Amino acid sequence: MTEPKPPIVEIQHIYKCYHRDSLVVPVLHDITFDIADGEFLALMGPSGSGKTTLLNLLAGIDKADEGTIRVGDVDITALSETELAHWRANHVGFIFQFYNLIPVLKAVENVELPLHLTSLSARERREHAETALRMVNLDHRMDHYPKEMSGGEQQRVAIARAIVTDPTILVADEPTGDLDRVSAEEILSMMETLNARMGKTIVMVTHDPRAAQRAKVLRHLDKGYMNHDPAQDPL
Amino acid sequence: MILLKILFRNAFRNRLRSGLTILGITVAILAFGLLRTVIDAWYSGVEAASASRLVTRNAISIIFPLPLAYNEKIRQIEGVKHVSYGNWFGGIYIDEKNFFANFCVEPRTYMEIYPEFVLTPPEKKAFLADRKGFIAGRKLAARFGWKIGDTVTLRGTIYPGNWDFVLRGLYRGRDETIDETQFLFHWDYLNETMKKVSPRRADQVGFYMISITRPDLAPDVAIAIDMAFKNSLAETLTETEKAFNQGFIAMSGAIVTAIQMVSFVVILIIMAVVANTMAMTTRERIGDYAIMKTLGFGAGAIAVMIFGESFVIALTGTLTGMLLTYPAAAAFGHSLSNYFPIFLVSDVTLWLDLAAALLIAFCAGVIPTRHAIRVRIADGLRRIG
Repeated sequence: MTEPKPPIVEIQHIYKCYHRDSLVVPVLHDITFDIADGEFLALMGPSGSGKTTLLNLLAGIDKADEGTIRVGDVDITALSETELAHWRANHVGFIFQFYNLIPVLKAVENVELPLHLTSLSARERREHAETALRMVNLDHRMDHYPKEMSGGEQQRVAIARAIVTDPTILVADEPTGDLDRVSAEEILSMMETLNARMGKTIVMVTHDPRAAQRAKVLRHLDKGYMNHDPAQDPL
Repeated sequence: MILLKILFRNAFRNRLRSGLTILGITVAILAFGLLRTVIDAWYSGVEAASASRLVTRNAISIIFPLPLAYNEKIRQIEGVKHVSYGNWFGGIYIDEKNFFANFCVEPRTYMEIYPEFVLTPPEKKAFLADRKGFIAGRKLAARFGWKIGDTVTLRGTIYPGNWDFVLRGLYRGRDETIDETQFLFHWDYLNETMKKVSPRRADQVGFYMISITRPDLAPDVAIAIDMAFKNSLAETLTETEKAFNQGFIAMSGAIVTAIQMVSFVVILIIMAVVANTMAMTTRERIGDYAIMKTLGFGAGAIAVMIFGESFVIALTGTLTGMLLTYPAAAAFGHSLSNYFPIFLVSDVTLWLDLAAALLIAFCAGVIPTRHAIRVRIADGLRRIG
């Protein structure tokens, strides 16, 4: 029997509310769970259940009201905005529903973008970006702008951008939500490969049960509460 | 480098909007440049004035004359180098719309005091030898097609009758700031005629022009001249040539002030237009900025992108406007040469254009930058799709 891997993400008693004028809208209630190194986790739940908020919190683009989130050895809830920005650049790869590429940059420039925050030379940056694009089978589209590519191709560019810095975790928010079935399958296969062959830890928010089936672990959120026993949702 | 690439491409992402904004800035800078040049043209006489020249006039008003006898007394005052004198003639050439400045002067001393009016030695000799001779600036002669030896008749307004003159020389300015549209003739010609037709007006001069040995003596010499004629029937007021010329401009000070205000209002209007463009642009790109922030780029990078885009648009419009100012000023100056003999775009105007561009770009970028930096990443990402 293989020994369980240590957690790479530890989420402890997270609370989060949104403030709309004088109205306080609670979004997450006492969320506690771990994500093991090399895990492929799918977060499911109805709209407004807090999935994207939770993803944003563990990716360091939003702050919790209470609780702690540790990623590796870092308590990201204790970091300042500037420290968080630096941490995100080094440890998180992002894949979004609408690809979120910079429209005025070519595919290879979009992939290179996060590398501008590293100490790599221009030549090294270009080599890394080209390698990442080759991994997603887009070496023939390097000099194309996002508007010249299909949705599936844009999402592959986004995946290349997410992995080019070799991050600790990949977060994906509805990565197939804007794609047709064939393209969605391609993207999911690519994420599976990244998880299985490269050992990338992936946290994916999705509405799509077919997408969720590709994950190793499934967690449900409903009205800001999470199923307490992960064993309830083994895949 | 990547930020520069993004901001340059962003600046022309919406070509129609950027193009119209740049066009607006171009027109504003052109208008600003021309209005500043009009003001400069107004002050060109002041700028061309020498620090070592004084003008003495009647203390009551410039329209009252001074006796010719003052000439010798002024000459004897310590610090005075040369004294010349003259009158505003106010003659009309054929029609009133052909306005140009025409003076009678004592030619020998005048040429000593105003070396910036350059004549060839033969022309100078011919002018001095002919009491009915006159010299004209090159531009004035070109305007009416006068050639050396031509007889030109002016209709007197202050001094009635038709006055015939013979063109003996075409002076050119020592540099481009010197007025080349003046008409100068012998004071003696006017005075001899006055002696015959109106003896009471003979031996009277409108003003004295005095060169001094050192510019720093100007206040002392001016006081000494005025003291010399204190309690006389015609007390004098002596001031530097610059102050004298400024006195004329002060008469139209309200117009100059109005032009100055309009020139700055133009900049304020275009600043609002560019600010509006940048606000729209930033609102559209708030998702892009959220992506950049997500990837780890900080507030500084966002500020560089927005301010940079604002500067690219403002500078493109400004440089185009500055380039167009030259031909526009040439055309404007040509059509208004009667009123503005010197109509040159100054270096100061160009620096003011650039300063205006920087101010426009900065002010237009402040609020959008603040907004883009402050918006939460999650809120910014939500605007995509």
